[in-house]
This record gives sequence, structure tokens and C-alpha cells, in this order.
Amino acid sequence: MSPRRTETGGCIDRLRTIRFTFDGAPYTGHIGDTLASALLANGVTLFGRSFKYHRPRGLLAAGVEEPNALVTVLRGEVREPNIPATMVEIYDGLVAVSQNRTPSLTWDIGAINQLGGKILSAGFYYKTFMGPVFGPLKGTRFWMFCEHFIRRAAGLGKAGTAPDPARYERMNAFCDVLVVGSGPAGLMAAKAAADQGARVILADLEAHFGGSANWSGETIDGMPAVDWAQRMAAQLAGNDNVRLLPRTTVWGYYDGNTLAALERVTDHKEVAAKGEPRQRYWAIRAGTVVLATGSFERPLVFPDNDRPGVMLAHAAERYVNEYGVLPGQRVALFTNNDSAYRSAVALKEAGAAVVAIIDVRSDVTNEMRRLASDAEAELLAGHAVVATEGGKALTGLKVQRFDAMSGSLSGDERSIHADSLLMSGGWSPTIHLASQAGAKAEWDPARQAFLPPKPTQRWIGAGAFTGSFSTAEAIAEGRAAGLQAAGGTASSGPLPVVEAAPGDSDPAPVFEIRAKGKSFVDFQHDVTAEDVRLAHREGFVSVEHLKRYTTLGMATDQGKNSNVPGLAIMAEALGKPIPEVGTTRFRPPYTAVSIGSLAAERFGDLKPERLTPMHDWHIANGARMYSAGLWYRPMIYGLPGETVEQAYVREARATRDSAGIVDVSTLGKIAVQGPDAAEFLDRVYTNMFSTLAVGKARYGLMLREDGLAFDDGTTWRLGEQEFLMTTTTANAGKVMQHLEYFLDVIWPELKVTVTSVTDEWAGAAIGGPNARAILAACVTGTAVDNATLPFMGIVHGRIAGVPVMICRLSFSGEMAFEVYSGAGYGTRVWEALIEAGKPFGLVTYGLEALGTMRIEKGHVTGAEIDGRTTARDLHLDWMLSKKKPFIGSAMMDREGLIAPDRLELVGLIALDNRALNGGGHIVEELDEANPHDSLGHITACCYSPALGKYIALALVKGGKARHGTRAFVSDPLRNRFGPVEIVSSHFYDPDGSRMHG
Amino acid sequence: MLITCPYCGPRDVIEFTYQGDGNRERPQPASQDLDAWNAYVYDRLNPAGDHNEIWQHSGGCRAHLRVVRNTITHEILSTAFARGGHKAEGRS
Repeated sequence: MSPRRTETGGCIDRLRTIRFTFDGAPYTGHIGDTLASALLANGVTLFGRSFKYHRPRGLLAAGVEEPNALVTVLRGEVREPNIPATMVEIYDGLVAVSQNRTPSLTWDIGAINQLGGKILSAGFYYKTFMGPVFGPLKGTRFWMFCEHFIRRAAGLGKAGTAPDPARYERMNAFCDVLVVGSGPAGLMAAKAAADQGARVILADLEAHFGGSANWSGETIDGMPAVDWAQRMAAQLAGNDNVRLLPRTTVWGYYDGNTLAALERVTDHKEVAAKGEPRQRYWAIRAGTVVLATGSFERPLVFPDNDRPGVMLAHAAERYVNEYGVLPGQRVALFTNNDSAYRSAVALKEAGAAVVAIIDVRSDVTNEMRRLASDAEAELLAGHAVVATEGGKALTGLKVQRFDAMSGSLSGDERSIHADSLLMSGGWSPTIHLASQAGAKAEWDPARQAFLPPKPTQRWIGAGAFTGSFSTAEAIAEGRAAGLQAAGGTASSGPLPVVEAAPGDSDPAPVFEIRAKGKSFVDFQHDVTAEDVRLAHREGFVSVEHLKRYTTLGMATDQGKNSNVPGLAIMAEALGKPIPEVGTTRFRPPYTAVSIGSLAAERFGDLKPERLTPMHDWHIANGARMYSAGLWYRPMIYGLPGETVEQAYVREARATRDSAGIVDVSTLGKIAVQGPDAAEFLDRVYTNMFSTLAVGKARYGLMLREDGLAFDDGTTWRLGEQEFLMTTTTANAGKVMQHLEYFLDVIWPELKVTVTSVTDEWAGAAIGGPNARAILAACVTGTAVDNATLPFMGIVHGRIAGVPVMICRLSFSGEMAFEVYSGAGYGTRVWEALIEAGKPFGLVTYGLEALGTMRIEKGHVTGAEIDGRTTARDLHLDWMLSKKKPFIGSAMMDREGLIAPDRLELVGLIALDNRALNGGGHIVEELDEANPHDSLGHITACCYSPALGKYIALALVKGGKARHGTRAFVSDPLRNRFGPVEIVSSHFYDPDGSRMHG
Repeated sequence: MLITCPYCGPRDVIEFTYQGDGNRERPQPASQDLDAWNAYVYDRLNPAGDHNEIWQHSGGCRAHLRVVRNTITHEILSTAFARGGHKAEGRS
């Protein structure tokens, strides 16, 4: 048996042993143990080093609020830092390590920071990292160098760098009543609501339902409270209308009674069962929420209150009663309220010697005096602890007479030998979720706590959450809340009967014992009472500023222990009552939430992919794919040994020499239909579409309302009242939304419908001098000669028996055609075109070659229509109709949009014959050491096989006027500097003779 | 946040796209009143309280809705088709 494990008692299974390691040393524990309880049972009291001073720290708490005992759990290569040891259920093979210590927990070099305590006070980071404002180190890099080491000295666990292989999932749930917390109040609420037939979800962040019943040692309905809780949970589990979520932290309360919860599905298992995710993110929509979240015991603030061995009183009671572990053999208690007396009795019954109960109150009731004598403890009423002794473990403490009214100490110090000091500074209801839901907490002077106010959303509180700290009250309030939440009427049945130790949890208003030494308020962030006072002296009066300056309550525990003591000390410094100082509002999440659970399926395998109808063909024929938004598109069809550049140059050259074909199915396609379709397009596009003949297509440009360019594409008139609009791939969704908005909100009188048909059509663009001959070889039902199919003409025919629509238009600058067929026939048509092209040496080409040919032609895409350019900037002003208003026409001529120094589209030729980079800047004078005065930037670049040069498109200030001049590319990030010539963006075949044939 | 679409019923906000302040008035298409255009394109009411907004049910029927929402509590006070009264003129 472990040194501190009791012979009997607790909810652990002593017959089943679990093996795990902590900091490399092997330990054993039992099923039901947390890492904290198992290590404590093994005699481990040193769990971590503190954030700033590297002080040795032990367990303060037994639950989610633990600030000291943070560990990193390792699973293979994956490390998860900063988990409270109190929340880690042990399993065979668990590997946990302590944090923030070098080289080991016992010998930590960072402990030297304790000597620098005066320097590392509140605002240390602000003061230090501003750097010296005068002197030789002012503004030097030396200071930035030092910062690296200072930052490293303070801290928590280290995040891993290995990818997380775990799977996470998201679930949506709906219920009439969500009960948060499964203590006596929550169990009663869930039962009452379930009995009314309501759909109930009961969530608790612990592994076992029952809350305080699991360790209170009380009796409910004649049985141990823990048995009563188990029976209640078993009854609930048998109900079809109840969903039980253990290990589930409800961490966010949002509007519309939507709550977010994190279920740790397999974190406590050695191996996950098949199909089980690691964690599950629940989005719960609840008709009504019952908040039965209980309360946190507060530490008292006194010198060296952070020494390992100093623990919250209820936590000790919990270690004894729930885990069968004695926190110490010689125990002293220090309290400002009655609840610690019960803890004293519990420890005594479990076999510890309770040497003293130190109570700040001089007035202690006879009931409490009786409990003290039951515990065989010396009662020191009107006393306070002024010091603790020991190194890495408590060996004793010193007490002095204390006056609770004035806070003054008197008389001689007296030493008490003890290895455990249990403290209770009163109780704070866990109001986090109510606060998140918009409610403002109200100070209750009797409870000395912030209580939840009137609900602003549909929630009902019950139990300790409302400040009703006794189990009998919790049971009554829980049942009432459950009934009310389910819309039921008052139940006439008798309430379960509770037998509990007497006592009033209302504390004396004592938060701090002011004596010499470091008195910790926020254990996790190492904020002392003196830091709070320092902040006040330095002029911080608002609680929000206090929080930020001292970082009180800003650690991973979000001040679960420290908020109220910190406020109380601030209030005293300000000379104001606590309610006037106010409190900060809690925000989600209640506890740390893994990013993986938030991403859930929207990551990895389950991210949606859009594939064109010819996707499989591309893969089978050696295409290297490229992701463009959700789409996958061929980048190149590389031959063995070819580089990307060699491949696209070959593809582009072959297209210009003979013919090439590219999959253009990803282009956005929108059917615009109705009597007013032509009128609508006239309003949407800058140029005219009502004049377009049926069977013809036209290139169109859209502006945004603010007059900047939005999108371009061709639109085909398929009938008097029917158009097929194409958009760029990236903007398909945005254009659709734009059109719908105008039809629905601005011009509802127009009789037009728009339908996204992107996925209905497969598209192949075939271009090059032999493109027409290839079509002629495979198209039936129509001629494709110049008379039948002129530039921008549309014909209908068949390829391989499949109906196709062919439009003669060109993005490559060659004689080119777009062939559209039903998506299901895309590959059949594609293969037929490839077959027909074989005698002509037809190549398939990908996005790189497509981009190369469009750069050679100076066509614009999203890189140039970047939301900052106008039609004029892109030399598309010829498309701006003067005969009609259109979207953006009123705003496009504003002063700033027609200024002569705007960035305009130009072409660039690299004069040093080296590749250019997108994003590189253009400058008049090269200054590599101190790049400045950018004239603009490169938007797209390639090697042009047609010109035999590295070229680029760029947006350059006053671009057109610079044609024929020299400038430089300045790209310090990639160390690319060199001369360029600014030319027209129409590099190749500027008069269009090739595409007009 | 739940928005009740007149077609689809109460739906989660993730199905909707915010399409801006519903108080804006677009000038006549041919208007050259730059101040009016400027107000339409750039000016937004930003009240702390009830706000008239346009939302599109982009993950559903794609209709645009006129929604009155309290920007403090996220309470939805009313929803209606943005086409509203225009329906009779346009689709009779």
C-alpha cells in the first residue's frame, strides 16, 4: 500500500492497479484515480514550478480549478501541455511530465528568480520590454536579444510540433433542458425534468456524476451520498429522453441558448475504441438551461501560502473521501468560515492527526467547537497563519493572534508542526456561464461572494451556483429548477432527506493576512497581494486595468481561485467596498479547448473537395494537381525528369505551335433567364448585352458599387431570354451572391432568375493553329468553319454522340474554342477531343501553361482584379459604356480613382534574364540595403516561350507613360534585384491576328 | 443565433450571410448625386440596439431577408423577405 493511501474508502478500485510514469519515474495507482490523487498517494507533493519565480508548488485543489499542478501529457510524438493533474484520469502507460523547470522539478535553475522578486513585480514585462529609454542600450538589438532569454525563463508547458493524428468530431444536439453540473442539484434537476417527459442532457466535466456527493461524506435518503448519486445517475441512464455526458465541459454560453461543450471521449483511455474520436465538440441548443455548476473554495492570502502542502480544505476532504488518499499525517486548518470544520472531521476519521484549527473569527459557534473536539483538534479562534515553514514541502507554520475587524496581528508568534495546511477562504459560486450569457454578477455581503443575477437568457440556477451551499438546499432548488425548466408543476413528493454536518459557509470578510513575505493571490501567474497594491500605487484603479497590469486571473485557470481575493485586496487599497470596484465579465471558454475540436471535420480527410468531371483522367495521365480554393486543377502534365518550368514551357509552346487543350470546368457558370435578363445584364456589366445577338458571346466586365473592378468573363446569349454567364473560378460564389442581392433587394421588379450551373457543365478549351481542324475531325451536326463559327460565335453539335455547345473564344490568344457538354459526359468528350487531336500533336496543358499564355497576352485575372484596381487601371476603359448606367458607374470616376499616379497594368521584361517573383516591387533606383519608394508590384510572372524571356505583369504607378523605360525589381525577401524594362502588357500578338485567324 | 426564414423556419446563423445595413437606400441608377451614392456605399448605421439588416439565407433557400436584430442581445425581433412590398409590383 502506498504511504498515503488509506486502507478503505473512496471510489477507487483497489484491486486494479494502473501503471504510469511521471517525469520518467514509474508509479502505480488505481482505477478511479486522477494523476493528482495517484501521485499524492505515492507521496509526491512537488508537482510543478511556478510561472515567474519558479517556486516549488504542490496541489492546491482537487478539480478543474487547480492552478499549480499543471502537467504535459505525452502520447507518442504529440504533447499536450498545461493540463491540471487533477483532470487527468490515469490509464496504463500514461506518460506525464512536469513543466517549467530545468533540469528537473527538484533542482530547478530558474528558482534563482526568487531572489529577484523585487524586480519581477507587477508590470515587469511592460516595464522591461519597452527597453531602456536612455543610456547606451536604448533601442539596441542587444535588448531584443535579452528579451528572448527573459521570456524563456517564465512560462508554462511547451506545445509540441508534431502533427496531431487524433480525430475530432462535432455534434449538434437539441434538448428541452440542459443541466450543467451533476452534483445533488444537477441530478435532482435532471430527474425532475426527465420525469416530466422533457428531453434532457446532463453534462459534467468530471468522469463520475455526483459532484460534491462523491466526497461530502453526507447521507442522503439513508445511504451514503455517493451511493445516492450513483443510483440517481443509473436511473437517469435508463431513460430514453436523457443523454448523459460525463467528462464534458460546457465551456461557452452563447445567444439563443446555444452552448458549446467539449467531451473528452478517449483522453482517459490507453487505446481508443474503433471509431471513437479523441474529443467531441458539442453545439447544444437548449430550451432551458439549469446551471448547477457549484462553487469554488477560495484560498486565503498569507505569506508563503503557496508552499507544497498548503491545500484547499475541501480538496483535502475530496482526496480522502473520493480517492482514499491522505494529504498529510499532521494536519492544520486555517479558515474564515465553518466549512473547514467538516473537513477536519473527515481527515480525522481517515486517520490523520488534526493538530489545530486556526479560525480568524474569535466568535466560533458551539457546534463548530464540538466538531473541533470531534476532530481532536486544538481550536485557535481569533488567530491567523502568518508564515509557513519548510522547503519543497511544508514542515510547519506560525500563528499569531488576529483581529478580524481591523486585520491586525498581535502577541507572540507560535510555531505549529504540520505537514499539511488546509485553508478555506469562503466559497465563490461558479457563475462563469451565467456571466457569459450576459448577466452581471451581484455582490452578496453575507456570502462574501458574487452571486448570479437575474437571467437574461432562459436559464435557471440551482444549488451552490446560487449561493445555496448546503446539500439540502441544493436538492430542493435542483428539483424546483428541473420542474420549472420542463414546464411542470410543483411536485408533491417528499424531497430526499440529507444528513450533514452543521455549519454556515458564510465567511468572515477576511481575505488576506498582512505579514512579511510573499502572499500569493493568483498562484498560476505568481501574482502577490503586494503586486496588486503596487498596481494601485502606480495609478491603476479600474479592475480591468488591474487585471491586465498584474495579469491577475489571466493564466490558463482564468482566475478561478484568485478573482475574488484579488478584487478584495484591490478594493481595500482603493478604500472602496467590493461591489463598487466591480468584477470582470467571464468570457468563453470556461476551460481550455483544443483547437482540434473546434476544427473537427473541417480538416484533413473530411474537408470538401471539388473535382472536375475529368479529374480521374488528369490523375491517370500524370497531371500534378494544384488546389485552387476547394477545386483541384492540373498544374502541369509533367514528363519524367521535367521540372515544372520545363513542363509548362513545353505545353505552352506546343499549343502555340499546333494545339493544346485545358480543362476549364471550374469556371463559374450562371444561367440568367427571364424576360428582363438582357436588361439585368446591362445593369450588371459595364458594357452592353441587350444588343448581343442570339448565338453570340461577349466579354463582360463587372464593377462593384464603389466603382472598382469586380469580375470578368464571357456571357453567351443562348436565347432571347436566356444567357449563360461565366465568371472566374475564384469569384463564382461572390458573383452569384451579387446577382441575387440585386434581384432580391434592389430590383425585385426585374423578371429574372439566376441559377448556378457550374457543376452541370464540363468545359474544355482547345486552342492553337490546328484547333479548328481537330474540332472539324470530331464534331458532327454543325460546321465549325469561320462563316458558321466566327469569333465569339456559338454552335451546337455533337462529339462522340454527346450534345455539345461550342463557343469560339480565346484566353490563350490562339484560335481557340470552349467546348461545353453535360458534366456526366465530360470525360467522354474530352477523350474524343484528345483522340481527334493525336494526328496534330495536341497536348494537354495545365494551369501553369494557361497562366503563361494569358500573361503573354496581357489578360487579367484575380491577381490584377484585386479589389483595388479600376477598369482604367487595367486598360479596360473601352468596356465602360457611356449609353447606360451600370453598377459602379456613378462612383468609378471619383477623383482618387482617375488620378494620374494610380497603379496601372504594364508588362515587364527581365533584362538580366532571370525569373521574376510575384509580389516583387518595382523601383526607379536600386538600393538593396534600404529598399524604398516602390512604384508598384509584380502580379504574375513566367518564362515566356513565345518571347524567349522571363516576363511579368505588374501594377506600376503611371504605368502607360513608362512604356519603354527601365526600372528595377526589388524583392528583398527573396533577395532578387535586377533591371527590368517596362512594356505594354500585350506582349504577344497585340493585334490579335492569331485568334481571329 | 437563430434566424427564422419565412420559407425554411428557424435556422442556425451559420446558414446565413450578413448582407449589410438594411437602412441604406440606393440612388436611382442614373443619379449623379455623389453624396447620395457615397452615403449608400459607405455609410452604415451602427446602433447599439435594434437594427434593420439584410441577411441572405445562403445555406438554404438563398432568399434575402430583412431582419430586425438587437445588436446587444442578438435577439431577432422580426424577419421578412427583403423583396417585401415589391413582390406585388414585380411578380403579379
